[in-house]
Amino acid sequence: MLEVTARASTAAKKPLLQVRNVCQHYQTGSGEQGPAVLDKVSLTLNENEIVGLLGRSGCGKSSLLRIVSGLTKASDGEVDYLGRPVDGPVDGVAMVFQSFALFPWLSVLANVELGLRAKKIPAADARRRALKAIDLIGLDGFESAFPKELSGGMRQRVGFARALVVHPNILLMDEPFSALDVLTAETLRTDLLDLWVEGRMPIKAILMVTHNIEEAVLMCNRIIVLASNPGRVAAEIHVNLQHPRNRLDPEFRQLVDKIYALMTKRPEPVGPGRDGAFPGLGFAMALPQISTNTIAGMIEEIAAEPYSGRADLPALADSLQMEIDELFPVGETLQLLRFAEIEEGDIKLTPAGLRFADAEVDVRKKLFGDHLMAYVPLAARIKLVLDDRPTHTARSVRFLEELEDYMSDEYAERTLKSVVNWGRYGELFAYDETTETFSLENPQ
Amino acid sequence: MLPRFVAFASLGRKALPNQYDLFALALIFAGFIAISHISGGLTVPLEAPESTVTSLDVRNLPYYALRTTLRMFAAIGASLLFTFTYATLAAKSRRAEMILIPILDVLQSVPILGFLSFTVTFFLGLFPGSILGAECAAVFAIFTSQAWNMAFSFYQSLRTVPRDLNEVARGFQLSGWQKFWQLEAPFAMPGLIWNTMMSMSGGWFFVVASEAIAVGDTTVKLPGIGAYLALAIEQKSIGAVIAAILAMLVVIIAYDQLLFRPLVVFGSRFRVELTASQTKERSWVTQLFTRTQWVRALMRGPGLMFQNIALWRLELPGLRPRALEAAPRRNRVSWLIDALWLILVVLVTLWSAWLVVDYVRQTLSWGDLREAILLTLITMVRVVLLMALATLIWVPVGVWIGLRPALAEKIQPLAQFLAAFPANVIFPVAVVLIVRFALNPDIWLSFLIVFGTQWYILFNVIAGASAFPNDLKEAAANFHIHGWDWWKSVIIPGIFPYYVTGALTASGGSWNAAIVAEYVKWGDQTISAHGIGAYIAEATADGDFPKIVLGVAVMSIFVIMFNRLFWRPLFAMGERRLRID
Ligand SMILES: Nc1ncnc2c1ncn2[C@@H]1O[C@H](COP(=O)(O)OP(=O)(O)O)[C@@H](O)[C@H]1O
Ligand SMILES: [Mg+2]
Repeated sequence: MLEVTARASTAAKKPLLQVRNVCQHYQTGSGEQGPAVLDKVSLTLNENEIVGLLGRSGCGKSSLLRIVSGLTKASDGEVDYLGRPVDGPVDGVAMVFQSFALFPWLSVLANVELGLRAKKIPAADARRRALKAIDLIGLDGFESAFPKELSGGMRQRVGFARALVVHPNILLMDEPFSALDVLTAETLRTDLLDLWVEGRMPIKAILMVTHNIEEAVLMCNRIIVLASNPGRVAAEIHVNLQHPRNRLDPEFRQLVDKIYALMTKRPEPVGPGRDGAFPGLGFAMALPQISTNTIAGMIEEIAAEPYSGRADLPALADSLQMEIDELFPVGETLQLLRFAEIEEGDIKLTPAGLRFADAEVDVRKKLFGDHLMAYVPLAARIKLVLDDRPTHTARSVRFLEELEDYMSDEYAERTLKSVVNWGRYGELFAYDETTETFSLENPQ
Repeated sequence: MLPRFVAFASLGRKALPNQYDLFALALIFAGFIAISHISGGLTVPLEAPESTVTSLDVRNLPYYALRTTLRMFAAIGASLLFTFTYATLAAKSRRAEMILIPILDVLQSVPILGFLSFTVTFFLGLFPGSILGAECAAVFAIFTSQAWNMAFSFYQSLRTVPRDLNEVARGFQLSGWQKFWQLEAPFAMPGLIWNTMMSMSGGWFFVVASEAIAVGDTTVKLPGIGAYLALAIEQKSIGAVIAAILAMLVVIIAYDQLLFRPLVVFGSRFRVELTASQTKERSWVTQLFTRTQWVRALMRGPGLMFQNIALWRLELPGLRPRALEAAPRRNRVSWLIDALWLILVVLVTLWSAWLVVDYVRQTLSWGDLREAILLTLITMVRVVLLMALATLIWVPVGVWIGLRPALAEKIQPLAQFLAAFPANVIFPVAVVLIVRFALNPDIWLSFLIVFGTQWYILFNVIAGASAFPNDLKEAAANFHIHGWDWWKSVIIPGIFPYYVTGALTASGGSWNAAIVAEYVKWGDQTISAHGIGAYIAEATADGDFPKIVLGVAVMSIFVIMFNRLFWRPLFAMGERRLRID
């Protein structure tokens, strides 16, 4: 087995890919320019390295990857591939998708061949190369199967074969293992790393997106941690461990802990009224969809032994069997509602949080409602409108349209849905799904 | 079957009727008037003896059946061509979409049969004295009954191609042509096949109606089952009517077995689903085909050729798709073009509307308009009552069948078959009965309206009940939910989206059927009910074009309103709240 750092040092230090000051905006639901998704992101990708983009869900990792691949255009900034600006999908870059993105009507072989045939490579050549890629990635015998007959792991192998067959210089991977179960993901990771370390893949570098810290430490030479809202480079971490890496190695654990701490560092206040983790200000804060059960469950877990009110996030993630991608939004919701505080990789319940943990259902609901009114401006706003009106009812479209001035349709809908569920639990208001109206009465 | 392929432009809250519907309505009617103007003076009677049906000899029936089937295929070919071009254009160009989709939406609601007279005169004028004109007119009539929902389904599929697949195609730099054949067309296939089936089913009705038609003093009788039937009616030969019914039966069974079962099997390949589905579509024809050596070898050539054609790059220098999809940002030039485009659309709308009003005004008065509205109301009452009746009968029956899988498997194809069977072939039998027992046509003719369309309700309800989740069934039994409660809170919400899908199709078909059903003949006897259908049919027989335009226009507006204000909200509600999966 080769030592990876040695490989890197023998390679010429010419960057394959350079991303400079890339910014990205999308349109909001009402057609205006939305908040920044990426803000002045710069990075380089050199030969013989695996670089990981690590960040929470929604921080713009996929957006960045799509800009790099030439699938979308950045609002601002440049991307150079081999010194030439990227202004469309380029030949030397291939992508592997989280959802596999296989064509269901094509057999494994046809899926793998498609990229070659589209470029008018002679059929015999294409066939030969496709079979070789299929062989390499361990899909022998499945050539004529259709994707729906395959297991998830096998499908993702097709995804890899399809990307490798065009002999790209750079392999882009957007959370390639996160749709797979734990064991399958591990097998596939190991196989891929073996191929990489042995230099058997026809590629020069890998840029991969992940929200799994251990996965990043396991695979990458360099990890670029992205902060959210807007997405920007928060830190760059070199991993000099030898392959194969051992998750139980103290050095490995230390790195994981360090990254956890990095990712939970409280963002410096960006402006007045800015409330921590979620994008948008006050009323227009985009909220994650977290059920009240999850919120209560998390509070209970932290309050109970062995944490007794203060938990180390990696340990908590382990005991709740949640990935950080699921864990962080819940923690941040607790923080928003002032039931907990997050710092340096730890989460600590506030006095209110501790009270919540001990209370009966009715008291909990009351407490939750109060905090909702105090700390979630949208909830307070809805309540205010309902109190003000003689009919004590309001159509949800009204709030939805207001939200759409600040965020995408999808986010606006999700935000409103969250507030509906939280408000129902806190008994601030009632909501009728059929007529899409808020009201103060409880439904009969 | 999956009834999820209903063609609605959109169901979101941004999909309320708008000015474009007005535009579409005006334009379509103006178009028809223009067509009849152009062709009005050119028509001459057809006289070639072999171009018509003169004898009721049963031995000719196989030949007629073949001609009828061929007409059907010509029409479906035209519909596919239309679908691939029109829907693709609408899906790819924002400005084209603004007008093409409302036009399609309105065309879907226009009772095509009312316009038969226009198209017949037009095509006869195009090929004076030749049978080709009449053939084209018939094919066109069938086409108009099939094309819209196929195009709609295709358009909707194109708009909902999964984003990641799209990115793969762009990442591999597939050209527009390649992407269409590798990604978009396959993705749209299941929906398109389902809608083609529905269209074909509806199409038989129009074949029968369009083969024998008299407009003013031009009479066309194309060799086919429909014309044979018309002759049988003229000569009051009940034996020949029965022979025609049997011939139709055979044709439809053959087409179902030889064409559609295999097509459905073929289409199931293109479904985007994560797991291999439990229920496998089967077709003995497909099985036979996969077992044969010869036929398969014979098909390999064309198959390979198609594959190669699908991989052509076909890049026109000016038409290269933009490599990059910029985050859409509208600039000033784009706004200006939009504005000009809108102004153009408004002008064309006004001009078309004026054309229609002017044309109708020349001979008709306000009184005629009042009469047309009144008659449409009568027909509407008829449609509503009969739909309600059909619902009361077929929903319980459908639920009963659907909850018994073994039975449902046998009945379902039968119900689909009945939906395809052209009800107008049966009409003469009904007429004979009405004459015989001196029944009131206003009541008894009404039943013919839903005679052919009720089956859509039945087979959709069966599908819904079969798909009803077993655990919900068991939960209901476990909590002792019985009787009316069970209907109200368990099964009706469960089958609701399916029912609406079926009822929607049935309702559209019923309006069309009214034109044929309210005005029927037996020999020289004519029986008619009061209603807009009879009004249009009568005007057609007299060749009174302004009256036809008025009748069809009023009817179209009613149908559109009916769909928008009643069916669409119901459908949206079913989709939103009652969808189980
Ligand atoms: N095509 C798009 N249109 C509008 N907003 C988008 C689009 N793609 C991504 N976004 C928004 O950009 C943000 C970042 O998304 P994404 O890049 O997918 O993040 P990640 O991959 O890190 O989870 C999210 O808020 C998302 O809603
Ligand atoms: Mg992502």
